[in-house]
Amino acid sequence: MEESAQNDSIVGRGNREGADLVRQWFADLNRTAESGGTAAYVFVMGSLTEILRCFGLPVVFPEINSLQTAVRRVAHEYLNQAEDHGYSPDICGYVKADFAVQLRGGEHPMGRIPKPALAVLTNACNTYIKWAEIWERLYHIPVFTLDIPGTRAAGAQTWPGDQDFEHDRAYVQAQLAELIALCERVTGIRFDLDRLRETMGWANRMSQSWRQVLELNRHRPAVFNALTDGTIYLGVANGFRGSAEGGGYFDRLAEEMAYKAARGIGTLTEEQYRLSFVGVPCYPMFRKFSEMFTNWGGAFVHSTYLSFASGGANLGFVYDLARPLESLAEGVLIGVRDAMDSMFFQDRLLLPALDAFHLDGIVFHPVKSCRTTSTGMADARRAVMAARDTASLFIESDMMDRRVVSEAQLKNRIDAFFEGLASRRRQEGASSGLRSRG
Amino acid sequence: MFESWRGKPLEDLLYECRELLEDTSFPTVARWRDGGGKVAGHFQVYFPEEIAHAAGMLPFKVRGAPVEAVRADSLFGSYLCSILKTSLELALSERIRLDLFVTHPICDAARNLAAVWGRNFPHPCQILYLPQNANAAAAPAYLRHEYGRLLRLLEPIAGRRVSDADLRASLAVYNRNRALLRELYRIKRETPWQLAADEAYVLVALGGLLRREEHNQILETALALLERRTNKKQDRIRLVFEGGFCEQPPLDLLRVIARSCYVVDDDLLIGLRWVLEDVPLEGDPLRNLAVAYLENSSYSPVQHDLRKPKEQMLLQRIARSGAEAAIIAAAKMCEPGLEEQAGYAQALEAAGIPYFIGEFEEKMSTFDQMELQLQTFIENILFA
Repeated sequence: MEESAQNDSIVGRGNREGADLVRQWFADLNRTAESGGTAAYVFVMGSLTEILRCFGLPVVFPEINSLQTAVRRVAHEYLNQAEDHGYSPDICGYVKADFAVQLRGGEHPMGRIPKPALAVLTNACNTYIKWAEIWERLYHIPVFTLDIPGTRAAGAQTWPGDQDFEHDRAYVQAQLAELIALCERVTGIRFDLDRLRETMGWANRMSQSWRQVLELNRHRPAVFNALTDGTIYLGVANGFRGSAEGGGYFDRLAEEMAYKAARGIGTLTEEQYRLSFVGVPCYPMFRKFSEMFTNWGGAFVHSTYLSFASGGANLGFVYDLARPLESLAEGVLIGVRDAMDSMFFQDRLLLPALDAFHLDGIVFHPVKSCRTTSTGMADARRAVMAARDTASLFIESDMMDRRVVSEAQLKNRIDAFFEGLASRRRQEGASSGLRSRG
Repeated sequence: MFESWRGKPLEDLLYECRELLEDTSFPTVARWRDGGGKVAGHFQVYFPEEIAHAAGMLPFKVRGAPVEAVRADSLFGSYLCSILKTSLELALSERIRLDLFVTHPICDAARNLAAVWGRNFPHPCQILYLPQNANAAAAPAYLRHEYGRLLRLLEPIAGRRVSDADLRASLAVYNRNRALLRELYRIKRETPWQLAADEAYVLVALGGLLRREEHNQILETALALLERRTNKKQDRIRLVFEGGFCEQPPLDLLRVIARSCYVVDDDLLIGLRWVLEDVPLEGDPLRNLAVAYLENSSYSPVQHDLRKPKEQMLLQRIARSGAEAAIIAAAKMCEPGLEEQAGYAQALEAAGIPYFIGEFEEKMSTFDQMELQLQTFIENILFA
């Protein structure tokens, strides 16, 4: 195949196939809902799809449903409906949009969402717990909270073999056994360990490739936009974890990114400044928000979102299929813990990324709707700037609620940030010129 | 650490306690530290204080204060509750000096605190992961180990080894404290005209500032004096106050409420009253404490337990206290509190129990509007 034809078939494949898969996923959910079927409601940080797929349960990610309402510019209709039912404007917008979806019998811009047969959540986000309590009230369904102890203090992670880690792992593993028993009761299907090995095998493929994809973005120019392209990849990473489609997709994505890196093919942006994005995107004006950066040549090459919203799959943890339950507990514990770390101890993730990803600056984006990711951001920024002389931008908006998104204000701040970056680069150029002349 | 209440009549004792509680220089904590004592600061809601107590430390409940967050404000974003900011402000301004800070994953905001404090102070700042799956069969064993880990953290700070005998002695002190607090709440429930909501609150809250032996002495004295109090019963609505599990309403707000109704039960500082009965002294003390947390405890919006659906627990609290109505409050920007309001309101509506929804902030200083709304609410019940 000629190079240009090969380019056409490979470059952009991840986005095309990713969008197709997500559409297919929602179409399947729609069919399930229309035929009166139910699903497992899960969350992105610790979805346990490896187990749920053993019981043939379709998975619904209410976080993804909610953000889709914002991307499709109808979130306000859902938020208003929930607020009319007594939910405060000051709580998570994802919760409220989902509550309205439930009130509407599953009606959603991408199709009908089936009702839950059970809900499985972790403690990675406290709102997950409060959210599931709403479904408990609405549907009286079983709710399973998988409690995953996180990192106790900055840099204090424990690892296999350590007494504290082994206690945590045993706790998680015992809960997984209870989850399996619950799934058996709900579905009437007997648990099959070999089927679990199969789903874990696909998850292994996905995690290894995801890690590879993330690392390939160290190349100049970056091979994907961590904000926009990354969000498509995340959709597949969550919706298809533990499936053949998901494993295959990520293998092909890694192939595409390696191909681009080898040939110096970047994103559509003429890369001037390499940036990290910290937090959750501004979904109510997703495209415009991204363009406010790309128009200046700003390329998001790194993002904490790609770590925590993939539930820690970024680590590339490989399950040991010879001891599946023990290894699943270990992987879930390490992965979800890492997802939490990338929200709470952001500075620890960002400082090494500055050099590894050749970053020119960091964009901190706290949002009203999500205290989990936003509470510590100002202090993390202070800590990063105290440790390294790097440019940073701190802009507040929301991931759901357009009422708290001020486009003009955002643009002013972002424009000023890039003017600062340009000025910094000129000064660096001048001083390196002086050094070389001296 | 606190002597001025001794030998005084009830009104004066309560005055002295109130003065101490409202003193944002936290003199008892400063005195303890100046005397060479170590301080274990723990953020709301529940902390196994017995472990720090057994290590000879002062467990100090970090629960914010009505102060301006001059320095802390810049370390947090917008849209956050006040208690997060003022708690950090107390430490940054050195109103309190700690040797350890422990937070808990009670909400999405508070679980960030170990990281934020850890970046700003040299002393250990940790998250204590209390079980969020209280129904897991492995939860007691997990929590027992977690308490052991906490003890290993505390011992070098305290500079001493802690034996099982030390732990049992502390459990006994806290068992006595629990019994006294239960008695205080019995008075609130059975003869609320003898103990106003704000007075009871002051007596309970001191537990977060003092060693419990001293708190026990104050409670024993106050309870004896209360027996001789001769306030007259008035025709007031009996109600439950819900929403004080983390950020605390200003004392003046409780006073406003107490002016027009009897608060016969509440969840104010529920962490200090979390364990409902005595913790057994026989056997492994840390395991006993862990089991008590899970199996013999109250409820709050920040603990998920399938055996304790929150609205059912609230309805029980109302029924057991003989309340006729409820105030369903939430601190501004408090996600768990605000989320619970909707569920509580639906349950109260279905049960036909009148309720008053409100928001508060620890720093609020004018209560006229809320008082007017509350009085209208009460009149609606009285004259319905």
